[in-house]
Amino acid sequence: MIQYLRQCLAIADVELRKLLRDPTELFTRAIQPILWLAVFGQVLSNARGIDTGKVGYLAFMTPGILAQSVLFAAIFYGIAVIWERDLGIVHKLLVSPAHRSALIIGKAISASFRGLVQAAVIYVIALALGVPIRAGLASAGGVVLVVALGSAVFSTFSLVIACAVKTRERFMGIGQVLTMPLFFASNAIYPLQMMPGWLRSIAGANPLTYFVDALRGLMIQGGQSVYGVGWDCGVLLLVFLGLLAVATWAYPHLVQ
Amino acid sequence: MSPQHQAEQDEAALDIRALTLRFGDVTAVDQITCRVPAGEIFGLLGANGAGKSTTIKMLTTLLPPTSGTALVAGFDIRTAPRQVRRRIGYVPQMVSADGALTGYENLLLAARLHGLTGRAQSARIADALEFMELAPAARRLVRTYSGGMIRRLELAQEMLHRPEVLFLDEPTIGLDPVARHMVWERLARLNRDYHMTILLTTHDMEEADQLCSDIAILHAGRIAARGLPQELKASVSPQATLDDVFAHYSSISDRGRLRDTAASRDVAQRLG
Repeated sequence: MIQYLRQCLAIADVELRKLLRDPTELFTRAIQPILWLAVFGQVLSNARGIDTGKVGYLAFMTPGILAQSVLFAAIFYGIAVIWERDLGIVHKLLVSPAHRSALIIGKAISASFRGLVQAAVIYVIALALGVPIRAGLASAGGVVLVVALGSAVFSTFSLVIACAVKTRERFMGIGQVLTMPLFFASNAIYPLQMMPGWLRSIAGANPLTYFVDALRGLMIQGGQSVYGVGWDCGVLLLVFLGLLAVATWAYPHLVQ
Repeated sequence: MSPQHQAEQDEAALDIRALTLRFGDVTAVDQITCRVPAGEIFGLLGANGAGKSTTIKMLTTLLPPTSGTALVAGFDIRTAPRQVRRRIGYVPQMVSADGALTGYENLLLAARLHGLTGRAQSARIADALEFMELAPAARRLVRTYSGGMIRRLELAQEMLHRPEVLFLDEPTIGLDPVARHMVWERLARLNRDYHMTILLTTHDMEEADQLCSDIAILHAGRIAARGLPQELKASVSPQATLDDVFAHYSSISDRGRLRDTAASRDVAQRLG
């Protein structure tokens, strides 16, 4: 067990070192959420056509944009894995005695760290725009946990896709095709009750919806979770475990 | 030496039994059977598409065989792949060290994945850096290394856990002569000092001649010839070089045929 944990952390440690050595990506990834919140959010909050309950539109969409930027950062994890496969790094990892699932959990841990950096950036932007962020350890701790879980879900999802498509070109195409539908078929920028029935059913099957819902309940003053934060976390955890099982099976196929 | 350890030494490091791999209707490896005693440097020779890399992938548990099996360091690749992975090292054909990390960090990762901790970990890493003459470059990013240094770093990574069998796929491809000789010299020392059995694939006849104590020539997925380098030379003609042996058994004369080339490319592509 300790051995297993060490293997997970060995992979996570390597990814973190790489990220900290070249943090450009962390900065460039901050630009998109700034546009969504400062431009799109500011304008739409004047429209007043969207029923967001007690909170203003900007406060409503902030957790959605946090989830979106976590999704966008995590979804390209697969590219890195394809790159490692083209080089031969994956071969070497797979010939080591490490558990295959530990290799994948290690990647998920480093994705979580990335996600938390995104969260910190969004908090800064949101505070600057005057979004009523909930203070307190319980709220912050909850957000940390949910962001870590959401990052793990989407990075592992990305890894599964990488194992299926195997080439960078195909992955780029599929990455684009997947992220936007995931985003629009969720409650990130409009509430579930505004959606037509068919879209609402799709959103109900979309893990991003539960991710946003949990953040909405934890992050914003007066923010309401539709499903309940506990239920959201349960769904995310189940999805992660399912994806972990698929990825553990698929990862060795990457080199065959 | 304990009797048990003695028994292990008598066992073959590799015991390959009718190992076969088919991709659709292409048979990349066709019922290979052979035993390699512990302590040998065994060369697997063959033209592109002969099945060398595919064989290595099966022996290192990366690719499950279609039929047949192999015992590596005494464990079955099909039924005990994790036991096999504990006892082997593998340097793939491509660059497998991470260029975005330092040499030391690459070694640290390998050591951790092999369960080395604490003092044993730092001692083995220091030892491997020394052995491969990489200590002065240990804190540099690997992307600044030369081709020869990268290969030596990969060897350093794979010697940390003292594998019983070390697999190398084209270990000196793309290296300049000086770097090539240095890699050969280190491999010979690994074999001598740690009694490591080494299996390497190559189509460089000089490499096979210099390094290998035992050679098998693969052609179209089968072992076309097997023996000591001098035996193989003698079997072709009294003045034969290993190049002649290779040409003789690989049917180089028909290599220009489009169908063969297309078939081997196809296999190479499937192997990715």
